[in-house]
Amino acid sequence: MSPSVATAPAADALPQLVADRIPLLLVPALALAALPLMSSLSTWVTLTVAGLAMGMIIFIIASGLTLVFGLMDVLNFGHGVFIALGAYLAVSVLGAMSGWTGSEHLALNLLAVLPAMLVAMAVAGGVGFAFERVIIRPVYGQHLKQIMITMGGMIVGEELIKVIWGPQTIPLPLPAAFRGSLLLGDAAVEKYRLIAVVIGLAVFAAMFWVLSRTKVGLLIRAGVQDREMVESLGYRIRKLFVGVFVAGSALAGLGGVMWGLYQQNVTPQMGAQVNVLIFIVIIIGGLGSVGGCFIGALLVGLLANYTGFLAPKVALFSNILLMVLILLWRPQGIFPVAKR
Amino acid sequence: MSSPLLRLEGVHTHIGAYHILHGVDLEVGQGEFTVLLGRNGAGKTTTLRTIMGLWTAAPGRVWFGGVDIATRSTPEIARRGIAYVPENMGIFSDLTVRENMLVAARSARRAEGMDATRLEWIFGLFPAIRKFWQHPAGLLSGGQKQMLAVARAIIEPRKLLLVDEPSKGLAPAIIQNMIAAFRELKQTDTTVLLVEQNFNFARQLGDKVAVMDDGRIVHSGTMAELVDDEGLQQKLLGLSLAAHQ
Repeated sequence: MSPSVATAPAADALPQLVADRIPLLLVPALALAALPLMSSLSTWVTLTVAGLAMGMIIFIIASGLTLVFGLMDVLNFGHGVFIALGAYLAVSVLGAMSGWTGSEHLALNLLAVLPAMLVAMAVAGGVGFAFERVIIRPVYGQHLKQIMITMGGMIVGEELIKVIWGPQTIPLPLPAAFRGSLLLGDAAVEKYRLIAVVIGLAVFAAMFWVLSRTKVGLLIRAGVQDREMVESLGYRIRKLFVGVFVAGSALAGLGGVMWGLYQQNVTPQMGAQVNVLIFIVIIIGGLGSVGGCFIGALLVGLLANYTGFLAPKVALFSNILLMVLILLWRPQGIFPVAKR
Repeated sequence: MSSPLLRLEGVHTHIGAYHILHGVDLEVGQGEFTVLLGRNGAGKTTTLRTIMGLWTAAPGRVWFGGVDIATRSTPEIARRGIAYVPENMGIFSDLTVRENMLVAARSARRAEGMDATRLEWIFGLFPAIRKFWQHPAGLLSGGQKQMLAVARAIIEPRKLLLVDEPSKGLAPAIIQNMIAAFRELKQTDTTVLLVEQNFNFARQLGDKVAVMDDGRIVHSGTMAELVDDEGLQQKLLGLSLAAHQ
């Protein structure tokens, strides 16, 4: 094998790499735009941290769903059931470890919360595996049927949750060491919100690492763009999809634990309520784009908190308005995925 | 005569309500460079996609290395040693050139795991691949993308290479580059089935030629035969090579 072929002159030309950084400025721009509207800097800090925490939790929940759509064009409206399942499992696990969650020791609190998160992820992932086999697989490529059957799946899931845990709202108090606030200057920032931000960043970093540094991650990114080509290269895209679906369900379970602790109560309908926010986020971000999902989630979280404080009536539709504005600017979302 | 590595027997392909292939019979010998010619809509791309399992032969048989792969899945067909370069090149635009190559190298988990000797050989064939190694593939020109598509298909040894219209939309200089690369590839005894409309491109590479029309093979023979017979060219392709030189 000897190199013997000359390069054609045209092969040397390449357009300048222009990084698309504008979307990265959206989150700080929104935060700064809200600053003059606030009565004080401390209020702004409190709301901004709350918005970032909410955004991080939404990102954890939505990141798997956006990949599921990107890989197989599957519209899973039943994603919410994994959120509710995760939250209810947290109720059971933390309830069983109330001695530890009631302790003021951070280590004991963590020893209770970590198993709750792991159990929620494992069970939600397992249920996700069954959900994909039984509900999603028969309707590949049929969007209308996907919407109907996955919504049906969520309703069934909610009813099963009512059978197991009952239909009433159940309190999910924060472990003792997670309660209270830290003072940043005059601003009171809830400890749990900071924890949520840290966990959200950790999940984002882990996801970024997997998608950019591992072969599986490369295949997922390639599959989102052109699944037929990935199959032509010898990879079974359905296996990959099942893996992503299970991981996405597990993350939704984790998000459910965090959302339940954020709200400090759980209801069987909580998944359906969060579902709306999730779909707004993945549409804003660009279907199939994890980076877009991250920015979209932070925008939604911040806007919900700012408008909730400044104009509660506007808060009801502020995220819809945000989605409309983003789509008018970029019809395929913040970071459109280059599809074949 | 070399034994056929690939043999299509009475292959029919339906896409939705459309009956595209009407009993295609085709043989590609081990180590041969076979060109599939024909006008637009003759069924050339459908033939390649049917071999790859992207569309199903029904009825019909596709023998590859003595095994009927007509009902096998696309990943399994690829793993049996068939590489495919589609007409649209199938480049993953959001991935870098390096990542595109790594995805194609099934045995490598990391870029460092790719066969360095083979990679050097590919860099020799297509220097642009080395030059733009870390660049997003979406930024490459059409010619560079085509080079990447072919490079990706040969990053690991494959028994058969299916290439769909590699000269389409390329500048003459890039086409010459591509011809030189395929000639180099021929020296490695790689079996190639290439779909082409550009007869001038095809005649410089092909050992064998098959001509399709209306979903059927209407001629098969050696390329030399077709190149030497203007009457046959006129009859089969509606052109005379002499008029295009």
